[in-house]
Amino acid sequence: MAENIRLMQGNEAVAEGAMIGGLRFFGGYPITPSTEIAEILARRLPKVGGKFIQMEDEIASVGAIIGASLAGSKSMTATSGPGFSLMVEGIGYAYMAEVPTVIVNVQRGGPSTGLPTKVAQADTMQARWGTHGDYIAIALAPQSVRETLDLTVRAMNLAEVYRTPVTLLTDEVLGHMREKVTIPEEGELEIINRQKPDVPASWYKHFEITPNFKSPMASFGDGYRFHVTGLTHDEEGFPTNKSVEILAKLTKLRNKIMRYLDDICQIETDGMEDAHVAVYAYGIVARAARQAVQMARARRMKVGQVRPITIWPSHDKKYKEIFSSKNLEAVIVAELNQGQLVYEVQRLVPKHVEVISLNRFDSELITPAQILNKIKEVR
Amino acid sequence: MAQRSDITHKYLRAKKKFPNVWCAGCGIGIVMGSLIRAIDKLELDRDNVTLVSGIGCSSRLPVYLDFNTLHTTHGRALAFATGVKLANPKMHVIVITGDGDALAIGGNHFIHSCRRNMDITCILINNQIYGMTGGQFSPTTPTDSHAATAPYGNKEYPFDIPKLAMGAGASYVARGTVYHVTQLDQLIYDGIQKRGFSLVEAFSNCHTYFGRLNRLGDSVKMLEEMKKNALPLKAAAKMPPDKVQGKLLTGVFCDVEREEYCDRYDALIQSLQGK
Ligand SMILES: Cc1ncc(C[n+]2csc(CCOP(=O)(O)OP(=O)(O)O)c2C)c(N)n1
Ligand code: SF4
Repeated sequence: MAENIRLMQGNEAVAEGAMIGGLRFFGGYPITPSTEIAEILARRLPKVGGKFIQMEDEIASVGAIIGASLAGSKSMTATSGPGFSLMVEGIGYAYMAEVPTVIVNVQRGGPSTGLPTKVAQADTMQARWGTHGDYIAIALAPQSVRETLDLTVRAMNLAEVYRTPVTLLTDEVLGHMREKVTIPEEGELEIINRQKPDVPASWYKHFEITPNFKSPMASFGDGYRFHVTGLTHDEEGFPTNKSVEILAKLTKLRNKIMRYLDDICQIETDGMEDAHVAVYAYGIVARAARQAVQMARARRMKVGQVRPITIWPSHDKKYKEIFSSKNLEAVIVAELNQGQLVYEVQRLVPKHVEVISLNRFDSELITPAQILNKIKEVR
Repeated sequence: MAQRSDITHKYLRAKKKFPNVWCAGCGIGIVMGSLIRAIDKLELDRDNVTLVSGIGCSSRLPVYLDFNTLHTTHGRALAFATGVKLANPKMHVIVITGDGDALAIGGNHFIHSCRRNMDITCILINNQIYGMTGGQFSPTTPTDSHAATAPYGNKEYPFDIPKLAMGAGASYVARGTVYHVTQLDQLIYDGIQKRGFSLVEAFSNCHTYFGRLNRLGDSVKMLEEMKKNALPLKAAAKMPPDKVQGKLLTGVFCDVEREEYCDRYDALIQSLQGK
């Protein structure tokens, strides 16, 4: 169907995916290069009875989406580095209080106000470790406009299933570049809604620790009258200082994600069976990597590619398998930062495999030629 | 009315959360009583009441009550409350906050909530100090008063809470004290009933820190001082200005009609959906 094909920006794709995924609440604060997401949703949400609100800052934005999610609405915010820095307080709260939320970070150059209109991948580690306290983050990173749409829906699904904040990491180039996108038909993408309790109110525990670590979630107004706090709490949500309950809570928060890595973690590989060299890159850089790998193969070099789609958490076991491919001698880690994911790769490769960093942080993209040159250096 | 403990017990999470964290004689418990009586008198469906608070002694209040309760991060109660209310406009959203929580770290959310005029009732318990962290000065600590971080007296000037709320656009602004309980019951009742953003300042005692550091005596002494120093706005209007100077004015500072945010947003939805 021709009308289902559109030329759209990555930021538009976030908004499109959000509408498909059932978003009903967006709270945000304008920041380049993410602003289009808010602008589009300000227009579209009220048309379906959803709510858009521009808050006074990013701390308020993340607070508002947590409140709205507790009231039963699928909720999201979108920002860039400086705003994400302000949001980490709320992200930690959403994690502790197990509130499904989606935070989109359209990355730009940093540190500080940095480069508002330029691309970077320098918030990769912030997406993992941004908030204080131990914490297991989920972050997804698309490489194309269509994948931005798909992963927006997936981020919402994961937030609902695992009752946790999920970050979508895109970047200035992905957010603003236009590509042809076939809008998925209704029913084409799986849409998941949080599991609601079916027990009487007197039995309900909002933070119940179940054998599969998943606990149904009532909304405020459903008649369950539960307590929510960022203080470490028991299964009913009341603050606790008992070490047994503290351990149980923090272990649950960890297990509810780490026991489901096979579901959460998507990693794409290509040509790794016989590769001597692998290129590891995510997001926009993975596209250059793909081209470089093809160019290398055309020159009969045995080069493979690894593309994490789920950036966090790391599926250590899977990566270890991938990197123990028998001919592998080196992994090139290409990133638009001064070296962040390279530490993850170093941790996961066998001893004899060399890990080589390819970094760019002058606000320009890494080119296929740059990667190809690096491949040639290794060979 | 103040002694109606049968009403109070109806709303407590009695089996779960007691004893409470507050010092004996703390005024926060009195505010809790007033809130309960106001809600009971309004006959609100308790499933449809959400109490939202930040961090501090004052902000511990919601955990003791059997409603939907949301204890957030320091200063952010109004931001979370904004999300709850807009997502579910039928919910009665009541924010419980302290002077530090609402006016220092949460000052930005406070003024914007007043301006936005969502139907949220904000009960600001003003004890003129940071109780929970041990008596540091707050945005309402009087000039020259002593605090843990103002050992030589406070060099700053305090906020006048009603003026701040009115200037920022709140629809209903009132101040009561924990001594004048009947009045406080009524102000909270009216605040909840008001459609639009209402701010009720509940002037309270922190004898443990503010009282001790300023030699104001125990909680009874501090309550007696409130009795002496409070002056109803109506009475003040008839008095010469020099007699009003230094008094704690109480009553309703403003009560204006402004279309409420969720109503306006709902009208937008209706018009976009062609209803
Ligand atoms: C981000 C952050 N900063 C600081 C604190 C420490 N803290 C806890 S309560 C509080 C002050 C509370 O004062 P107020 O709101 O006046 O409440 P009170 O305890 O007096 O009722 C502070 C500074 C915190 N919890 N979080
Ligand atoms: S420290 Fe002050 S505010 Fe806190 S409970 Fe004690 S008396 Fe009340």
